[in-house]
Amino acid sequence: MSKKTYIQAITDALDILLEDDPKTLIFGEDVGKNGGVFRTTQGLQDKYGEDRVFDTPLAESGILGLATGLGLKGFRPIPEIQFMGFSFEAIDQIVGQQARMRFRFNGKQISPVTIRTPYGGGTHTAEMHADNLENYFTGAPGLRVVMPSNPYDAKGLLISSVENNDPVLFMENLKLYRSMKDDIPDGKYTVPLDKANVVREGTDITLVAYGAEVNEAKKAADTLAENNISAEVIDLRTVSPIDTETIFKSLEKTHKVVVVQEAQKMAGVGAQVASAIAEDAILSLNAPIGRVAAPNSVYPFAQGEDYWIPGADEIVEKANEILNY
Amino acid sequence: MANKSVVDFEAIKKDLADLPKPIQVLDENSNVVDQETFDSFSDDDLVEFMKKMVWERALHEQTMNFSRQGRMGFYAPTEGEEASEMGTVLAMKKQDYLLPAYRDVPQLIQHGATVTEAYLWSRGHVLGNEYEANSMMPQIIIGAAYDEAAGVGLGIKKNKEEDTIAFTYTGDGGTSQGDSYEGMNFAGAFQTPTLFIVQNNGFAISTPRAKQTAAPSLAQKAVAAGIPSVQVDGMDILACYTVAKAARDYMVAGNGPVMIETLTYRYGAHSSAGDDPKRYRTEDEVKPWHEKDPLIRLRKVLEDKGLWSDEQEEKLVDEYKASFKDAIKEADEAPKDKVSDMLKRTFEIPTPEMRKEIEKFEAKESNE
Repeated sequence: MSKKTYIQAITDALDILLEDDPKTLIFGEDVGKNGGVFRTTQGLQDKYGEDRVFDTPLAESGILGLATGLGLKGFRPIPEIQFMGFSFEAIDQIVGQQARMRFRFNGKQISPVTIRTPYGGGTHTAEMHADNLENYFTGAPGLRVVMPSNPYDAKGLLISSVENNDPVLFMENLKLYRSMKDDIPDGKYTVPLDKANVVREGTDITLVAYGAEVNEAKKAADTLAENNISAEVIDLRTVSPIDTETIFKSLEKTHKVVVVQEAQKMAGVGAQVASAIAEDAILSLNAPIGRVAAPNSVYPFAQGEDYWIPGADEIVEKANEILNY
Repeated sequence: MANKSVVDFEAIKKDLADLPKPIQVLDENSNVVDQETFDSFSDDDLVEFMKKMVWERALHEQTMNFSRQGRMGFYAPTEGEEASEMGTVLAMKKQDYLLPAYRDVPQLIQHGATVTEAYLWSRGHVLGNEYEANSMMPQIIIGAAYDEAAGVGLGIKKNKEEDTIAFTYTGDGGTSQGDSYEGMNFAGAFQTPTLFIVQNNGFAISTPRAKQTAAPSLAQKAVAAGIPSVQVDGMDILACYTVAKAARDYMVAGNGPVMIETLTYRYGAHSSAGDDPKRYRTEDEVKPWHEKDPLIRLRKVLEDKGLWSDEQEEKLVDEYKASFKDAIKEADEAPKDKVSDMLKRTFEIPTPEMRKEIEKFEAKESNE
């Protein structure tokens, strides 16, 4: 066991993956000598050589197309999109090409790419550097979208993602990179894909969250506990597909729910969770489904983000509203 | 302030337009213009080239018939492009990985897919993509294959596969899409064995080549990526084959990517789905291209040598067309593609939601 930050846990996972399988490749902008702009790939080129960890020209569609082709030739590519806002440039390669490869060939040819990309606000970055863009990708059949909320999960989920034979979009929260540490096992371990995690048990209300908002939900649960309200917190971990079974099981106990996301409210993961509950578990509830999300404006880079991104206070407020319904 | 510019931009522009002549072995009148290359082909080779073009023309004609009968899905006519398509693909080896565009189905068949599979692909049936050929399915996004071909080429290089390349096709319109530059630039940066072929057939649906780009040639689009490129007479199969083979030899020797622009023409519509070429081009424009027809050009040479006759060709066409009729029959008999199967092949491990959908559709399908 060692204490590791979220980013160190990811580096650790990449190191293990490169060590384990010579077909694993890491590439993208500045990932080689520079070790990535956040130093996620630091030291990996020195250890595994330029053949396995390498810099590419600055073109996202090219990077993802390179990954598609390498995947077809038997490699297990882990391309990096430097900031998620740059993934707009590569949406055809991700959604139009990689995600449908198994479908196209009936599994005879596949391209098992794991795309790593930092996302999320609260660190005062430039425009196109912070947006939560999972909403654009969760609607793509054939693509998994994984969003770890802590260092332990980040390592275990990344290993599962790369070893999975289908493409995965692995989203790393910028704010979490260096703001939290976990005791994590030194060697290889995995955290299952498509499986939510009950991170805190409770009986009065269920808070469903993912990514950095899991930590806000946990803080909200602490505040609610001060008033003797017992909140259960569920971390989705994989946001496409969504593990509704874990959510429904919780609702049978709590009968109340608040769905939390950092992204804008429109057509997102929270909307999918709410509609799944409405469709298949509505009779477990005795109050409306509560939702906490960012407003539907364009991401307000730097200046406005601190009050734009939903925090623990808003979750507490919404939970109280649902509890008092 | 001086009025005189320190740079003579007009002179630079003029230099760009000063292009070498496209490579030819036979000219428009079937005269040999490169005797040495011509002599490198045996009589059997020449007959074989002719047969392949006759095969492609027959495939086109029969498939258009099927299309008119409502038996095809998406089909992109190939008439006029036989020299470009057959010349380039015949220079490749089976171990090479092909990344075709939607008009490159004849090359895909030559590379190992069956006609039945090609017809199934046209109808969107997954069994059309299960071929043994070393190939992607025909790409619809016009620039995407260029990016992927850089990746396949890099994979070949990293695997140290000897005597193997990746080769890909797009059209004149495809060179306008950013991906085509990104792909060439990546291939150049990583020096991958990737052959980029642009079949310049004059039109991207209705947009003429002249409106596509101000570049005097499409071949020179590779220059910015540091890739050697060349224009070739796309109606001359001997030139197309020779240049593609030379490019392949150059690449397997470890010299990095090459780009070839074939100057060809699409006689018909963009697709069988209904664009009317009369809306965007005149008969006067099309006619000279028919005069350059790749089949006429080689046929003349073969007839002069006593190697070819109309009867021979008719017999071949009949044989080929009969085989295409067998192929479409076989395609008709393929088991129906079921929704439950579509769901099953979306992920290796179906999601819980999909498991429920699979169950639902299997129940429905068992009642059909």
